[in-house]
Amino acid sequence: MTDALPLLVVIPLFAALFPVALGYLWSDAGWATAAVTALLHLGLASVVAQQVINSGQFSYAVGGFQPPIGIELVADSVTAVLVVLISVITILIVAYARRAGPHQNAFYSELLLLTAGVSGVVITGDLFNLYVFLEITGLATYALVAANRSPAAALASVKYLLVGTIGASLYLLGVGYLYVATGTLNMADLAGQLPAVGYDTPLVVTGFVLLMTGLAIKTALFPLHTWQPNAYAESPHSVTAYIAALVSTAAAYAIFRITYTVFTTSFASVVPLALDALAWAAAISVIVGSVLAVVQSDLKRMLAYSSVAQFGLIIAGIAVMNEIALTGSLVHLVGHAVMKAGLFVAVGGLASIAGGQTIDDMIGLGRRAPIVSLGFATLAFALVGVPPAIGFAGKWQIVLGAVSAGHWAVGVVAVISTMLTLAYFLRIVERLYFRSPSSVDEQTSDMSMNMTTDGGDAMATSISQTTRVIVTLSAISAIALGLAASDLISILEPALEVYF
Amino acid sequence: MTPIELFTSRYSYIVFVALVGIGLYGVINSSNLVKKVIGLNIFQVGIFLFFIASGYVNGAAPPLIEKGAETAYASPLPHVLILTAIVVGVSLTAVALALIIRVYNAYGSLDEDVIREVQLND
Repeated sequence: MTDALPLLVVIPLFAALFPVALGYLWSDAGWATAAVTALLHLGLASVVAQQVINSGQFSYAVGGFQPPIGIELVADSVTAVLVVLISVITILIVAYARRAGPHQNAFYSELLLLTAGVSGVVITGDLFNLYVFLEITGLATYALVAANRSPAAALASVKYLLVGTIGASLYLLGVGYLYVATGTLNMADLAGQLPAVGYDTPLVVTGFVLLMTGLAIKTALFPLHTWQPNAYAESPHSVTAYIAALVSTAAAYAIFRITYTVFTTSFASVVPLALDALAWAAAISVIVGSVLAVVQSDLKRMLAYSSVAQFGLIIAGIAVMNEIALTGSLVHLVGHAVMKAGLFVAVGGLASIAGGQTIDDMIGLGRRAPIVSLGFATLAFALVGVPPAIGFAGKWQIVLGAVSAGHWAVGVVAVISTMLTLAYFLRIVERLYFRSPSSVDEQTSDMSMNMTTDGGDAMATSISQTTRVIVTLSAISAIALGLAASDLISILEPALEVYF
Repeated sequence: MTPIELFTSRYSYIVFVALVGIGLYGVINSSNLVKKVIGLNIFQVGIFLFFIASGYVNGAAPPLIEKGAETAYASPLPHVLILTAIVVGVSLTAVALALIIRVYNAYGSLDEDVIREVQLND
């Protein structure tokens, strides 16, 4: 059943044609196609995961051309965990978008293109193929950010496109340098060829720096994050939740693959400066991202800066080149995707009844929307790293690994980031529960209630059922994943042991 | 290698560096969105040139294999890769221009500074 592997990309890519093609005949074509495809994707992902758990790593030669000449798709346990994550997030977002919109068939085509792109990034074993999938992901994301027709979103999308394309092109240039050095593009083959060329030759080191810079732009590490807050804040809620959960995750996964599969730990011991620099850049990203998150008043912008910080932590864990820290990074990568998707859906729900998405709009919502507020608070504390949630498991492993690898700075930064994360989430939780609306606010909320009974549609009186279910589900899974963290680690371990 | 030899034998790499530099400068320096996209295209073309030049073998024939002939061939792989990358670049330009049309319709300008002023006035 190795055929399931290419189908993970082929099916969403092919299905992306239907919403546009059938949209003129049937207005619900987009949603129906996306829902069926997401379920199919989950089925295929579980087949792949089953195969990996039963018999370990396997690969598929695209078009029957044997690697290293042909393109190879590889599945190991890290891939398996991530494809299942992609399917689950896709299903949740498709369910959420049914009510929350955007209500256009083109939106679902773009969503499915994005699913194909991130699935491709996760399963490919070829550097140039990875570039193509990164660009498919990018193109779909640029279109999705501008999906709600607002001019501010279009502007944010153009900026994202300019910066994102420069990132992808730098990545391509890095691939070119490695190709010139070795004459191969296959990741496993490159790992064998690079030592012969010499890890410390300028060509190889420059190639590494270009690849990492390109991917750091896509991951949105400080100071290459400038595209990200606008893109997250201006896009529709369902789009923000989807891209916050998967797009940066795919880029961070690519950083992991290239550092470990292509360059391996021996590169780190020959050129320690390269990875130390990456670890430092990531650590600075953690601090600056958290501080910028604390000073934001727009909730979505705050969560966007929070992503800058969390991905800094993940990349730092990858760059310290220690097995425990790497496991922690991958656990946090998965956990972060689940928590951020839930948080953005919760913000979408809360904003729909509050009529705004600044933190002062959240005052007193704990009583008006108890379920979603509780979900938001749970996810917030999970991301801070309160045990037993998944955020704790990931951060704990990163700190442990960083300290045992002698990278004290990363360990300290991770602990500081936890406190800063608490700082920016406490502001929201306090407003949700512990601050009663002032008399002026009460008057306006009375007025808004009158407006809604008069038939105004700007503000909903209650949050939709699907939003409540999705937020509750992601809060429960953040805790369940945390309780099952040791199982998750034992699934990931066989794929990571080979690197050390 | 003397500078003169560098210019005569490795000129394609000098052009590559120049194009990448000019392109990046265009993206960063210009406040006009369309000019930024043009800069982006120049930047990408520079990288394409690097790949294509790397496949060139001095005195070699184009990679069309004939029966019995045993000459040196230029490497076709980088050329094929860049064929793909050109397609990606064209689609990116199309998306960028489509978005810019929407920005222009809403703000009546392509200049970033003017757009920022319009946004502040709203």
